[in-house]
Amino acid sequence: MTDRQVIETADKALAEEFELDVERFTPEARFREDLDLDSLDAVDMVVVLEKTFQIKIGRDPAVMQIRTVGDMHRYILAKKQEMEQEQN
Amino acid sequence: MDCPLLDGRDYLKCAPDLAGSQVEISMKGKVLNPKGNFDEDESARKNSGQLPSLAAASEGTAVKHRVAVTGLGIISSLGNDVYTVADALYHCRSGVRIDDERLEKGFLSPLACVITDFAPRFPLSRKQRKTMPLYGEWAAEAVFQALHEAGLTPEDMQNGMSGIIFGNDSSCIAAIEQIQALTETKCTSGIGSGHVFRSMTSCLSMNLNVILGSKGACWTLSGACASGGHAVGQAADLIRLGRQERVICGGAQEINWQSMCSFDGLGAFSSRLEAPEEASRPFDADRDGLVPSGGAAAVMLERYDLARKRGATVYGEVLGYGFSSDGENISVPSAGGLARAMRTALSEAGIRAGDVSYVCAHATSTPVGDAMEAANLVEVFGDIKVPVSSTKSMTGHELWMSGASQVVYTTLMARHGFTAKNRNFYRGDELTSRLNILRERLDSPPTVALCNSAGFGGTNSCLLLSFS
Repeated sequence: MTDRQVIETADKALAEEFELDVERFTPEARFREDLDLDSLDAVDMVVVLEKTFQIKIGRDPAVMQIRTVGDMHRYILAKKQEMEQEQN
Repeated sequence: MDCPLLDGRDYLKCAPDLAGSQVEISMKGKVLNPKGNFDEDESARKNSGQLPSLAAASEGTAVKHRVAVTGLGIISSLGNDVYTVADALYHCRSGVRIDDERLEKGFLSPLACVITDFAPRFPLSRKQRKTMPLYGEWAAEAVFQALHEAGLTPEDMQNGMSGIIFGNDSSCIAAIEQIQALTETKCTSGIGSGHVFRSMTSCLSMNLNVILGSKGACWTLSGACASGGHAVGQAADLIRLGRQERVICGGAQEINWQSMCSFDGLGAFSSRLEAPEEASRPFDADRDGLVPSGGAAAVMLERYDLARKRGATVYGEVLGYGFSSDGENISVPSAGGLARAMRTALSEAGIRAGDVSYVCAHATSTPVGDAMEAANLVEVFGDIKVPVSSTKSMTGHELWMSGASQVVYTTLMARHGFTAKNRNFYRGDELTSRLNILRERLDSPPTVALCNSAGFGGTNSCLLLSFS
């Protein structure tokens, strides 16, 4: 899966979970202020990303730093890379 | 007593004291003006939701208001709107089916009433649905139906004098789902955010409160199979006392097999599989058990004078609410408990048993339960042959929801000019044959009706309604 595919897959999964137009998932969009998601939604975001990419996130402190869609993209790409390195 | 607030009707004459005896209640003009409004600072009272006059209360003065029914909502095995359900009641249709999954799971009885073709007119967002089980969605739809029928919007509920009280006594499926999620993910953070709210008994009131933005009463009342009846009764009391002006009340009940399996194991359900639609036969001599059911019922209650003032259609009035408990047996109702609740409701309203034109009975089709309700009815009505029917002959036993759905069903009968018959009643036994159980529909509406409900542990609710 290319980085572009990872980003599109993440955006699509989260847009579906939160019933949002996927077009709103721009890198600069802020989850709280622009997409109206709260701390409970953050819990479900982790669950969705774990299921979508078959990865383990749990209570990773790095997740707490995510504020924008771009932050989420960078996090998930790093996580995928980390997982692939472990597999190799 | 001459009270302009009550249009000259003598509602305040009698009310039960703590011991159940009768006391005279007076009103003091200094609290209420002739228009039925309070002379004190209205805005402060609205924000606090407190009694209008603590000083008056301490002097033994009870401030009372009439309570109007201005809207109904229903999701039941008979239909998902008031018109479909009214038509089903008129034609006495049955909602009983065989659930094949229950057969596979080892149920003694696979009979059940289910909700079909649920397509909400007022759909919720995914985020709203996330914190409630399916029966919560039914409750929300019923609430929006009732609001819409009352000509109100959520904005009208967004003040301290408007609230929500629902009856509910389990959220079984949500508890099971969260354990399944944990088993799969092996980490609590993988369960998701919604289950903690979905699994609480108060999930109904907490979700409805957030959806509507109401600022007054907000709680779920648990009283077994009398939950819905108590919820309507308590909502009416809050309005009568002046502590709320509008309360959406009701009850909801999950239907899934998971929530019913241990109840089935008691052998309390009918096993008349050869004719499912004849299985629920309250009061009939050949009854062999109840049919589990569920759904959601909502009733919009408003202070009568305010409802009239805003031009609302008043479909009925809650004249009285009586409650009692048996204090005897966990599952067997007592000989006198429900009778005490009925008497309280009647005396509170100053209504004689002979003035009641219809009893919407609790009767669930169990041998002992129906017999005990018959005994209680005979104790209250004696030789008065008041028409009696149990809508559970059509809907099955809607459990937590039933006390509220009976208010909806009875009000629909009044609105459409008929009194529903008791389906499947052919022959009474020693006790039930002493009642005037309706074998045929009456083509006249109830004018004054009693709605009984009773639950495990011996909790009883009786609501007295009038339609004029």
